[in-house]
Amino acid sequence: MNWCGDKPEPAFSEPWHAQVFAITVALNEAGHFEWSSWAARFGATLKAHGLAKELDGGEDYFNAWLETLESFLAETGMAEMGALQHLKTAWTEAYLSTPHGQPVRLAPEA
Amino acid sequence: MMDLRTQFCECFVMPHDHDHPHSHLPSDPALRVRALETLLTDKGLVDPAALDAIIDLYQNKIGPQNGAQVVAKMWCDVNFHRQMIEDPMPRLQEMGLYGRQGEHMVFVENTDEVHNMVVCTLCSCYPWPLLGIPPGWYKSDAYRARAVREPRAVLSEFGVTLPEGKKVRVWDSTAEVRYLVVPQRPAGTQGFSEDDLAALVTRDSMIGTGLAQAPSTLESGA
Repeated sequence: MNWCGDKPEPAFSEPWHAQVFAITVALNEAGHFEWSSWAARFGATLKAHGLAKELDGGEDYFNAWLETLESFLAETGMAEMGALQHLKTAWTEAYLSTPHGQPVRLAPEA
Repeated sequence: MMDLRTQFCECFVMPHDHDHPHSHLPSDPALRVRALETLLTDKGLVDPAALDAIIDLYQNKIGPQNGAQVVAKMWCDVNFHRQMIEDPMPRLQEMGLYGRQGEHMVFVENTDEVHNMVVCTLCSCYPWPLLGIPPGWYKSDAYRARAVREPRAVLSEFGVTLPEGKKVRVWDSTAEVRYLVVPQRPAGTQGFSEDDLAALVTRDSMIGTGLAQAPSTLESGA
């Protein structure tokens, strides 16, 4: 097994890994949840995902992180699944309708 | 400061053989995170500037060099060493090495008899203020399961072979308590400054999957 040893690696390999990490840390610091309850939920998601395949600690780790955060925020009412789906569609349309090289922005009504 | 959000539209560039009239569509999870950030920002629950500051901190400012300084100081300063073993939090706070995921630190020291190793079997609890963000392997199922079950086999895969009879103690981090391994000071480092010593203290040596480097490694420029 290759553990990579002390080879330097970026803290986050994808920008969205960093973003979902930062959102979680910010919400925790603002007092919306305790880190221990976050860790318990996240651990449960990792365990569930790990039943199907061995997680490598990279992309699948942050997929589990995102899924945990989404369900946590849906449960607490901080971010409803319907609203998130609507915004995801709006962002998708924004990317598809913005010429390459220009900043992508949400349409004002989104 | 680098704005990662504006990079979203540039970083998924794939080689392609036709012209795209539009921006490259980020991956599904990237779009879901985008949606989350938009909604939480609109509700006033998060501030994009604060998110950028958090990312900048962990991406560029906090890393194993923090823990290495502490270990080197423990090797040099008997009084400091005692404080870190007995109750490290007051001194860590003084040094500014306190905060998220480092509120309750325990330093576990390697000796001739015992080698310590840290894992988080639950998820990936890790002392952020001292080591930064954990490497991928620390978060992998393989390490999380095997570190407890067969630590010696894992150590040998990291290139660490311990003398026969040396005990291995594995510490399971939790959301409340984080461990940092104090590796043994390498031989031939008498008279080294704290900075020189800190350069020998690797991230893996503070997780327990490595040893502090021998000074010859430093001289050869490795």
